[in-house]
Amino acid sequence: MALLEITDLTARYGDFQALFGVDMTLDPGETIAVVGANGAGKSTLMRSIAGVLNNAADQIVFDGLPIGAMSAAEVMSLGIAMVPEGRRLFPSLSVEENLLIGKYGRAASGAWSLETIYGLFPILKERRDAPATALSGGQQQMAAIGRALISNPRILLCDEISLGLAPVVIRDIYAIFPRLRETGASVVIVEQDIGQALKVADRVYCMMEGRVTLTGAPAELTREAIHAAYFGAP
Amino acid sequence: MVSLADTLIQGVLLGGLYALFAAGLSLIFGVMRLVNLAHGDLIVLAAFLILTLVTALGLNAFVATLIAAPIMFAIGYALQAQVLNRTLGPDILPPLLVTFGLSIVIQNGLLEAFSADSRRINVGWLETASLPLGPINVGVMPLLTFASALAVIVGLNQLFYRTALGRAFRATSDDKVTASLMGIRPDRIFATATGIAMVVAAIAALYLGARANFDPTIGPARLIYAFEAVIIGGLGSMWGTLAGGVIIGVAQTFGAAINPEWQILLGHVAFIAVLLIKPRGLFPRATD
Repeated sequence: MALLEITDLTARYGDFQALFGVDMTLDPGETIAVVGANGAGKSTLMRSIAGVLNNAADQIVFDGLPIGAMSAAEVMSLGIAMVPEGRRLFPSLSVEENLLIGKYGRAASGAWSLETIYGLFPILKERRDAPATALSGGQQQMAAIGRALISNPRILLCDEISLGLAPVVIRDIYAIFPRLRETGASVVIVEQDIGQALKVADRVYCMMEGRVTLTGAPAELTREAIHAAYFGAP
Repeated sequence: MVSLADTLIQGVLLGGLYALFAAGLSLIFGVMRLVNLAHGDLIVLAAFLILTLVTALGLNAFVATLIAAPIMFAIGYALQAQVLNRTLGPDILPPLLVTFGLSIVIQNGLLEAFSADSRRINVGWLETASLPLGPINVGVMPLLTFASALAVIVGLNQLFYRTALGRAFRATSDDKVTASLMGIRPDRIFATATGIAMVVAAIAALYLGARANFDPTIGPARLIYAFEAVIIGGLGSMWGTLAGGVIIGVAQTFGAAINPEWQILLGHVAFIAVLLIKPRGLFPRATD
């Protein structure tokens, strides 16, 4: 059985409909990538899963439990953590406090603790007492990822984690995904940068204008098919 | 010279009382950007609660405060969860209007229940006890008031900067949506913050009621001093709130020493003077 099962998901912001019947599954230990252009509905999908946007309860089922109508705090306590777009660290908190607050709603034991996150990103340990706003963009992204990992989530949602970062920094950040796979966590990566996402994903969903236009394993998909699913048929 | 030092000490100690009035206001504003216009009336409500416990059950005033504190916490929690949370949003007017209305409701409710007579909380021998501090005699109650203000501010700072709940307060204040992704329920965090502010209000109420007479209508006047202390201190800074309270207290005491009619006036003048020099207060938060 899939760990996360999304069925006929619709989402709207007032009069504007952002998702039109999205279907998606995520298996235990699997990493999937959701790619698409700006406005394709990727972030709306992530915000729906995380509970920031509410939907019909059974449109999103996590481990047999309908979570579509739950609040973000409830969803998080069940074990779905999100690295939000734009990192969104708390400016009033130090780097270490930003990490610690990641487990406020869920105290689960597992691979991730303050020590192992500092092991993964040693620069965060060096700057643990600095205000979060004093970090560089890449360091902020590391802190945002650590903040999500520290709750030992069963599913990690990563929304545009490479946005605005230098290629060398993106490479460092993507190096965490093999480690995550070892821990058995499932991951959903939302990206506009297809190249990085395809390297780490088991399966890819392409989205366009609120619909899934293409699904498959990276090896099975041709450049042309992805291009068509991403931008529409030529 | 002795009388100058005496006036200064009395003023500083009075500042402790104003800081106690202001600390709860500052806490609520710091966490949820809510200006609680009913804060003064809630302190008066707590004073009547303590008074009732003292007169009806014959309790010591300090013991009565220990009982009143959790009751005030529950009142604050329920008030925030059921009423004030609904007023929070991008528009700052609804919370102002609702807390203004609440102030009127509390005042009239207290008038109905307790009449307009002035009352006082009896603290027995402590009322007149004093300690010799060199050539100056300092009242034990004012000393206890100031010590309580210090304890409250140290306690709130520890809570804010040393505990998981404090981190949640600051994170929710920064960004409600992202805080909810951490498993924080902003509505509960706000209710808890108001509950804690009402515990501080109960402590303030003890010293308010023991120091001088009070009646159901004095809340708004006390609120003004609390506001001035918070604003002088810099919005959201606890130590700034204490400093603000002390500045108002010292200005009032010196005003009274010069001419009794000037007591209140000089407090307000000090407030305006500080704002002219530092419009954002003495210890403004960097991110406001």
